[in-house]
Amino acid sequence: MANADCIVIQGSNMAECHPVGYQWVTEAKARGAKVIHVDPRFTRTSAVADRHVPIRAGSDIVLLGALINHVLSNELWFKEYVVAYTNAATIVNEDFRDTEDLDGLFSGYDPETGEYDLESWAYSRREHDASGTEAGSGTTDPDDHEHREDDAHADDYEHGADTSERAAGHQYGSGGPPIEHPEFESDPTLQHPRTVFQILKRHYSRYTPEMVRDACGISVEDFDYLARTITENSGRERTTCFAYAVGWTQHTTGAQFIRAASILQLLLGNMGRPGGGIMALRGHASIQGSTDIPTLFNLLPGYLPMPRVGMDSLEDYLDSVSSRTQKGYWAHADAYTISLLKAWWGDAAQADNDWAYSYLPRLNGAHGTYQTVMSMLDDEVDGYFVFGQNPAVGSAHGRMQRLGMAHLKWLVVRDFSLIETATWWKDGPEIASGELRTEDIETEVFFMPAATHVEKAGTFTQTQRLLQWRHQATTPPGDCQSELHFFYELGRRIRSRLAESTDERDRPLLDLMWDYPTDEHGDPDPEAVLAEINGTHLTGPQAGRPLSSYTEMKPDGSTAGGCWIYSGVYADGINHAANRRPGHEQGPNAPEWGWAWPSNRRILYNRASADPEGRPWSERKKFVWWDEEKQQWTGQDVPDFPVDRAPGSPSDPRAGGAAGLAGDDPFIMQADGKGWLFAPKGMVDGPLPTHYEAQESPVDNPLYTQQQSPARITFPRTDNLSAPSANAAGVGVYPCIFTTYRLTEHHTAGGMSRWLPYLSELQPEMFCEVSPELAAERGLEPYGWATIISPRAAIEAKVLVTERMRTLTVGGRPVHQVGLPYHWGVGGEAFVTGDAANDLLGITLDPNVQIQESKVGSCDIRPGRRPHGAELLALIADYQTRAGLTPETSNERVTDPGTSGAVGGPAAPGTANAAGIPGTPAAPDTPGTETEREG
Amino acid sequence: MRQLTEAPDHIAHHEHPRKGFFTDTSICIGCKACEVACKEWNRNPHDSAFELLESSYDNTGSLGADTWRHVAFVEQSGQQIEQARESGRALVSLGMPGIGPPASRPSSAAPGIVPSDTASSDTTPPDTPEFRWLMSSDVCKHCTNAGCLDVCPTGALFRTEFGTVVVQDDVCNGCGTCVAGCPFGVIERRSDGIVAPKTERDFTPGEQAATRNVGVAQKCTLCYDRMVDDQTPACAQACPTTSIKYGDREEMVATARQRVAELQTQGMSEARLYGANDFDGVGGTGSVFLLLDEPEVYGLPPDPRVPTADLPQMFKRAGIAAAGMLAATAVAFVAGGRR
Amino acid sequence: MARFSFLEWPVIRQLRSSDSLGRGEAVTSQRTREIAPRTATADRVVQSVCPYCAVGCGQRVFVKDGKVVQIEGDPDSPISRGRLCPKGAASEQLVNAPGRQTRLLYRAPRATEWQHLDLDTAIDMIADRFIAARRRGWQDTDEHGRRLRRTMGIAALGGATLDNEENYLIKKLFTAAGAVQIENQARI
Repeated sequence: MANADCIVIQGSNMAECHPVGYQWVTEAKARGAKVIHVDPRFTRTSAVADRHVPIRAGSDIVLLGALINHVLSNELWFKEYVVAYTNAATIVNEDFRDTEDLDGLFSGYDPETGEYDLESWAYSRREHDASGTEAGSGTTDPDDHEHREDDAHADDYEHGADTSERAAGHQYGSGGPPIEHPEFESDPTLQHPRTVFQILKRHYSRYTPEMVRDACGISVEDFDYLARTITENSGRERTTCFAYAVGWTQHTTGAQFIRAASILQLLLGNMGRPGGGIMALRGHASIQGSTDIPTLFNLLPGYLPMPRVGMDSLEDYLDSVSSRTQKGYWAHADAYTISLLKAWWGDAAQADNDWAYSYLPRLNGAHGTYQTVMSMLDDEVDGYFVFGQNPAVGSAHGRMQRLGMAHLKWLVVRDFSLIETATWWKDGPEIASGELRTEDIETEVFFMPAATHVEKAGTFTQTQRLLQWRHQATTPPGDCQSELHFFYELGRRIRSRLAESTDERDRPLLDLMWDYPTDEHGDPDPEAVLAEINGTHLTGPQAGRPLSSYTEMKPDGSTAGGCWIYSGVYADGINHAANRRPGHEQGPNAPEWGWAWPSNRRILYNRASADPEGRPWSERKKFVWWDEEKQQWTGQDVPDFPVDRAPGSPSDPRAGGAAGLAGDDPFIMQADGKGWLFAPKGMVDGPLPTHYEAQESPVDNPLYTQQQSPARITFPRTDNLSAPSANAAGVGVYPCIFTTYRLTEHHTAGGMSRWLPYLSELQPEMFCEVSPELAAERGLEPYGWATIISPRAAIEAKVLVTERMRTLTVGGRPVHQVGLPYHWGVGGEAFVTGDAANDLLGITLDPNVQIQESKVGSCDIRPGRRPHGAELLALIADYQTRAGLTPETSNERVTDPGTSGAVGGPAAPGTANAAGIPGTPAAPDTPGTETEREG
Repeated sequence: MRQLTEAPDHIAHHEHPRKGFFTDTSICIGCKACEVACKEWNRNPHDSAFELLESSYDNTGSLGADTWRHVAFVEQSGQQIEQARESGRALVSLGMPGIGPPASRPSSAAPGIVPSDTASSDTTPPDTPEFRWLMSSDVCKHCTNAGCLDVCPTGALFRTEFGTVVVQDDVCNGCGTCVAGCPFGVIERRSDGIVAPKTERDFTPGEQAATRNVGVAQKCTLCYDRMVDDQTPACAQACPTTSIKYGDREEMVATARQRVAELQTQGMSEARLYGANDFDGVGGTGSVFLLLDEPEVYGLPPDPRVPTADLPQMFKRAGIAAAGMLAATAVAFVAGGRR
Repeated sequence: MARFSFLEWPVIRQLRSSDSLGRGEAVTSQRTREIAPRTATADRVVQSVCPYCAVGCGQRVFVKDGKVVQIEGDPDSPISRGRLCPKGAASEQLVNAPGRQTRLLYRAPRATEWQHLDLDTAIDMIADRFIAARRRGWQDTDEHGRRLRRTMGIAALGGATLDNEENYLIKKLFTAAGAVQIENQARI
């Protein structure tokens, strides 16, 4: 980021949440870079930025779409980059319908399931007679794969619900679904109406500065400043960087927010370039590692997907990941998968038993944390392990989390202090309100004290994919143990208990490679685990030696490796994550400090920092280039490209994998080697980001009749009610928007800060932030108390009245926003306690990644402290009744053009509804009724 | 006025340049890392009732015996920003030394309303924003003429070889004279006067130890123990954006002057220095600040003066008075002697 | 206690040195003169990484007599250059917090208070329950007869502050046990 000429921080509060990372922004600014902070609040980041642009929480796609529109309409895109490196010229098949055609929906939507069939989004395939495949079928179906044997079985994949299930985002690794043939129709002049370029233009044609003013509350002047600054700082000589965090991800359309930014950055030619790109600011020490080596339900290490029901053979599974003829490194998924299976099951994994593939459990739906909590409420889950996490405060819908735990048979909490997740049974809000009685709760709870980061050695992967080894400073005190020690020991005891079992179901546990060297305390050696993750050669002349790179992995059982993207961290038996050559002795990329995946590359897709001929786009922004003499790529970073693939090399249509990449295919993980402006696959809710309102929003979607994202994942339940939206009756009962966020002084759900006096005294009390207008309207006293009520809960907080919160004008009406930091919990063991903001949140998820919407919710706010006990429950219920909430409220998939809202009747245009909210002018004519929408 | 009341060259066997801070509040992100790093290093107790102080994000309040770094937060409207710009321009026009853009800076937009001695560069402010949030980390000033040091009767307070002012907590008897002597209200005696027991840890997990140095005067030592080992003070090392800079005082003042000039060129006429003027009431400070408004806005005294400033004159007058008394007595004795 | 020589008296030192006013070296106590930072007197220092956010600032951990006495930024890190935010700067207090638990606690069904339990017994109990829950929640096939080979009786949440090695073993063990409901903060 230090090399950027312009930095846009949006969906992030970088100076508060990543203060030390922010020093690089400060440096860029000192060098003359412009820093713009787009955020609903004026925060400490805004205080040191060049400009703060206040935005209505959740309306980012309108802004980003308008920027895309601005770039396209004013011809400000980086032409040579876009034509060569993106799929702008690719032609989409003729069955595709955009949201402009269907008033907010794309073609392929099934209102019964709430999912899209992606078939109509596919590229238009070029007619050719190679390999005996059919011409002009217009699909990119892996089912056309020559190797498929069982066509009848194949059909199951293609029609009806199975297709969209298969397309569901959580099923794929990060490479997305496979694309069979890299030969598609294209028009390099970008004039054909079905080129991605033209579709993009049309899709965003109504995202104008005026729309931004009306939907986001951003002045035309602020938009102009933002648009000018970004475009003036992009191109050959200059680059712009975007930085985001959960202000973008925690929405029902979160994944599309990021997609929108990547489209913009591709158009401006900023991807893969120094000072460009998109910086994902992740929030926790090794959250990156926790997704790379995932303790996540849908992934295996290295973003391989977990197998789904019906994928009975390894071949079935691999076909779902990639095809061997697609370009890029995902084509070698067989090598990565088999190496993983060998690492886990060693000699028990052989070619004749499909490499023990059958040992892997299967998914048949989304088994994310929120779905699991709902299963707990149904008594389907007996036991729960929670480690280094405080879901009673940190997860959305705190009440559901705690009630879920009350249904468990046993709970194991591993942490430093007695966090709320460990004590809810004696001092949680449900005990205080009388909903639960301690003596009636059957849940057994084990609190296991955990070792801190200095009491164990191991690697963290930070937000830039950099692995850093931590050395052990002391041994854990008392009963404290590292998770490594505990889980290894647990595994040993489970295996010894099952040792005599003849049950075939226990074989995966018994055949598991579970024997690590331990020290005198029984603590396993973390370096041995890292070595396994890195991988080794099992046979041949290199037998026993660590792998140096994932390119050495083979699909024939001769290599083992726990996580292919980490291969190389232990190359030559050296722990490269522990490389510690001081930064001041190295160049700016500092490759000898730690190790980044993949292969210690620091900027991904850095091939794009050079033009199609291999020369840097400019001297000022040179990064990686082609050395004609040495016939290889070189530069300031490890080239993210086959090192000897000359710039002009053509693509071999029959070769798959890395070999199939042409000399100008910088996006090596995409199946066509290009950056995707339009995503034919990989996103389940649309090939192009589209603005939808949040699950709960008092604003009527100004762009389409469709109010919320039609593909979002809803849970219509009586314990998960949503506020009415848009113009529905009852929307005035919860008229304000609230948004949640962090403060610098605390950390997440407080487990690592509210038990520390030094941090607790810096921010001792839970508070809310409101604008002076809202305070005046509601009679809120500065530093007095307020009660905030949502359809799920009611909390209290002290009030900070500040101009940093703005009441925005949206669609001609004032929209109040309430800011809530979410660090506090009511547990009695901490230095500071307070009500938990996340108790207000409901559960509605993004369909691509199953993440909850924590950044936009509806609420009411009134002065005074909240009631306790039964009175508190009565208050919440009273609001629900007045708003007429039912499980269907705001949960309809397709917005009926006449209603845009819930049961209870909408306001007719031009009149006001029961809550006094006037109706908007009549919606534009829609193309048809529900039945005409394609399924 | 005067240099250090301790002649710098009296320190025979150490040769150290004077060390100090330059706190550039224009890049402070208000993170309070300085507060925590300082407490951690010095093992200071937490000193809070764990209630909001009702001062924006500032819940620390002020410097004292237990808090040696304090971050102030000031939210301001456009009108106040404009006032700050005005007062800044007035300072420049007074010709205060060290303030004003160097002639080499390129000018940008049209010239604004500026006094003639800065007409060579553009000081048109950028559009006055509607709002700003000032953040500033305050610390002991380590004054050139230090009131606390001047009045200390026991020699607990002394001037180190680095030019800093340090309390020796094994010598201090808690008399409290220094508390009145500081024009900034920084030094205080550590008490356990609040209800919640304050904790000081002796590095054992899960245990609380008693507070140390109760009753004794405590303040920032500029990390004297780190300095003797050639290390950076804890706050300066931690500060993510180098808002807190540490080094030779001369360098710090030069950097400060350069930075003010830079900001002035960008039109931010509200930028000014505090403590860099050797002619002020404390002879300039070891901790120099770049402020974006009047000192009072940050809770700093606008014209601090060491209480012993008038001491020589007071003694002179007292001496004259005493001499006069003696003379009068002598005259009375001689003249009125024979009767 | 060392013999205190007449010449050591501050007054005498004042007269003998150039610090006649007693404002500098003449008034320094022995303790002051021997002052040394605990970063220099520590038994050892190791390099670690901050456990809070994902910037991954380098930390230096100083140990004396088996205790962590100081954690501060690592100037060698090219990412953080020795700097820390307030949370990273408070890492020593995280390790030595007065509220930190160092003993295992157990709550029996319907109990109103914690009780102590030894670690070994607790792990045994958990292993037994793990196996029982696994069995009870086992699903061989789905309603169409397709193989699932998994258990829905066990769930896990957490991992964003755990090491990669730890997450790897957890994923490995749980997956081999057929437990698929494993999640962490990435999805929250």
